[in-house]
Amino acid sequence: MEDIKKGNNTTAQPVIDSKIPEGPIAEKWTNYKAHQKLVNPANKRRLDIIVVGTGLAGASAASTLAEMGFNVLNFCIQDSPRRAHSIAAQGGINAAKNYQNDGDSVYRLFYDTVKGGDYRAREANVYRLAEVSNNIIDQCIAQGVPFAREYGGLLANRSFGGAQVSRTFYAKGQTGQQLLLGAYASLNRQIQLGKVKSYNRYEMHDVVIIDGRARGIIAKNLVTGKFERFAAHAVVIATGGYGNTYFLSTNAMACNCSAAIACYRKGAYFANPAYVQIHPTCIPVHGDKQSKLTLMSESLRNDGRIWVPKKLEDAKALQAGKKKGSDIPEEDRDYYLERRYPAFGNLVPRDVASRAAKERCDKGYGVNNTGLAVFLDFSESIERLGLDVVRQRYGNLFDMYEEITDVNPGELAREINGVKYYNPMMIYPAIHYTMGGIWVDYELQTSIKGLFAIGECNFSDHGANRLGASALMQGLADGYFVLPYTIQNYLADQITVPHFKTDTPEFDKAEKECKARMDHLMNIKGKRSVDSIHKELGHIMWEYVGMGRTKEGLETALKKLKEIRKEFETNLFIPGSQEGMNVELDKAFRLNDFITMGELIAYDALNRNESCGGHFREEYQTEEGEAKRDDANYFYVSCWNYNGSDDVAPTLIKEPLHYEAIKVQTRNYKS
Amino acid sequence: MESNISFTLRIWRQAGPKEKGGFKEYHMSDIPTDTSFLEMLDILNEQLIEKGEEPIVFDHDCREGICGMCSLYINGHPHGPATGATTCQLYMRRFHDGDTITVEPWRSAAFPVIKDLMVDRNAFDKIQQAGGYVSFNCGGAQDANAIPISKTAADEAMDSATCIGCGACVAACKNGSAMLFVSAKVSQFALLPQGRVEAARRVKAMVSKMDELGFGNCTNTGACAAECPKNIKLSNIARLNREFLCAKFKD
Repeated sequence: MEDIKKGNNTTAQPVIDSKIPEGPIAEKWTNYKAHQKLVNPANKRRLDIIVVGTGLAGASAASTLAEMGFNVLNFCIQDSPRRAHSIAAQGGINAAKNYQNDGDSVYRLFYDTVKGGDYRAREANVYRLAEVSNNIIDQCIAQGVPFAREYGGLLANRSFGGAQVSRTFYAKGQTGQQLLLGAYASLNRQIQLGKVKSYNRYEMHDVVIIDGRARGIIAKNLVTGKFERFAAHAVVIATGGYGNTYFLSTNAMACNCSAAIACYRKGAYFANPAYVQIHPTCIPVHGDKQSKLTLMSESLRNDGRIWVPKKLEDAKALQAGKKKGSDIPEEDRDYYLERRYPAFGNLVPRDVASRAAKERCDKGYGVNNTGLAVFLDFSESIERLGLDVVRQRYGNLFDMYEEITDVNPGELAREINGVKYYNPMMIYPAIHYTMGGIWVDYELQTSIKGLFAIGECNFSDHGANRLGASALMQGLADGYFVLPYTIQNYLADQITVPHFKTDTPEFDKAEKECKARMDHLMNIKGKRSVDSIHKELGHIMWEYVGMGRTKEGLETALKKLKEIRKEFETNLFIPGSQEGMNVELDKAFRLNDFITMGELIAYDALNRNESCGGHFREEYQTEEGEAKRDDANYFYVSCWNYNGSDDVAPTLIKEPLHYEAIKVQTRNYKS
Repeated sequence: MESNISFTLRIWRQAGPKEKGGFKEYHMSDIPTDTSFLEMLDILNEQLIEKGEEPIVFDHDCREGICGMCSLYINGHPHGPATGATTCQLYMRRFHDGDTITVEPWRSAAFPVIKDLMVDRNAFDKIQQAGGYVSFNCGGAQDANAIPISKTAADEAMDSATCIGCGACVAACKNGSAMLFVSAKVSQFALLPQGRVEAARRVKAMVSKMDELGFGNCTNTGACAAECPKNIKLSNIARLNREFLCAKFKD
């Protein structure tokens, strides 16, 4: 661990400029917009922008930049922009509309988000997010997004974790789908108008830097297997998070961190990699052949109650398959979230709910054959509201659950003493979202000039933990309302730079390196498949860098990750050739970067000797098992700087946090 | 209950768009019934890689039935025997010990095979680009609650908007028609005030693009709606026809 210590003690640190505008928190964004540089319409036509990714952030940014008049080149890894993984977001999107008259405001959304993030987010960014949240809803309605409505014709809302107001807008359990299709529609309009060029089944392999500025990318055409060069005045990365480092996660199969890692290797800082969100309500792991985990929306916690048995013998009987959840009577159930957190109950933030589930299971109260599951029960709400109302709210989730597990949560199982017991769902926490990401300043620009990062791909808004229904909000805020402004401040002095050519030495070199990497992977000619190594990586990450982390565990992880890299470098086997489509080769390319990512997460987790949000170090907890922060020593954003090789530890640079509007305190969801 | 089954797979293999394809048989033994269909294919691919052979190429991504990326024509049904579910939501408990399972790509002139079971569905994007949107620039929207929309209309629009663009309707149709897909988008906007303004222009543009791209005509057999993993209703096609006729009358 010598090299890590060295990293920590580096003295000659580059100064981090987060470019937070002057003025009181509520006026910063207004001030920024009033004084920023703009590009006039005639000049916009001369400027090209690459947007990599077509999720909520990527699609909204690409369409909006094109509407403004820029020429946009937009890339996606799937067969269509509509497939990006934002599509799978279920529950909803937050906004401070206060349509329910329950006391919501921009300030309250800002406050809840900062608090939910365990006081590790940048205040100014979060305030701006809360500020533009209302515009997002207006924008989506204008696009024809069919949000849920009340009988009077106005928009409906529901509650989500970490909030005491109902501010979440939703479209059944498919909010992400509807928002993404809205952005995809706007994108399609711009493609039709010729302002966006859409490249499907393309994967970015590298970013091209010319004279210190991002000027293009090398992308692989996944169908032909050939590398192609693309140049632009600015490059925007919107490629999502790195959850698949853990192999099993709720991310889609193709989600990867390679574009982000390519930027990191070129000098973009990677911020707060240790902040990984583990979502409390996923369907538990069922076997070693499983390829991914399925999320059950957090909205279920509005009406579902989470419990485990009070008695250890009941838990044992459940684990042995001798009892079913519905066999356990009401008085023997421990609704542990309601017991521990009376004020928020089942709606505590995700990190708190996940850890509470782990705590119960670690003590032996788990309810399935692996002992790694808790119940989510709808008996009470079905009795209160009727099955029809519950099905109207969650029907598609009930069906999804039944298709996967063969258990129908809406089915009456038994009646004891007049109390009706329905089949409960079984849930367990799983990797879901990554708060960390490429470091960006207030303008969403990375530490490389002309390179921007938006959506889950950046680190900016969620601190150490993201609240439910805030990912959609951030992705669309960045893409529709923030980046299209801030990127102009950068582009304003680029208007005299002509369209780039791709036959420069920088492009030659970058493409050659990409090609060499592919040759190298093909020539290892070992024995193991990509997935088998990836699974092993996932096990290490979940075991040592998952929900509960320790110093020893993290040091073990770093050692084991070195072994994994060696195994990958010497024993990987890829069938076929580089000609045409080679799915295994593409997966190997991504796995290489997942290993680098795994190390980054472990380095950061090891450095952060405190518990906060999604990062829980077992050495740092209160007697009640709550996370114990250390504001005196860790009130900063960890920015990791690449040192030229994957074999050398990265250098830590700190961006101190400054809170002006909010008093930093211990999170309390009890009263 | 969980058990293990063994079965034979007949899978379409095709090296490229211009190559000649054919069925190849693979025997699978002791597959747990709580394995998903795609996980079963993962297992087969691992076995193929172990033998040094090229794995079977198929489209898939979210594996929770929403991205629309997975396809597969299984035993004569797009997305297999389950109703209201995509291939990725299909579990092996639907099959029996000793079965022979035939797996083909979507078959349609408008969806050429790229490799094995993977097809090119770019035509769907092109139809959407022709008019599947409200012409509106970001920034100028009024308050979201300014136009009340009846819950019935909003719910119905939502049902149409649920289409995941997978192409099962085209694969199911003997004519290779894309009417269900096109009508779902036309309906969503026709039902909402935001979409009414351009309704006539939209339906004409999308239908004419659909015809141009080589999709067949609709003869109302209803196979599309029967096989749709998202239960998009046939009434969407009726609404499209009405919208189309009204638009043509106005011309």
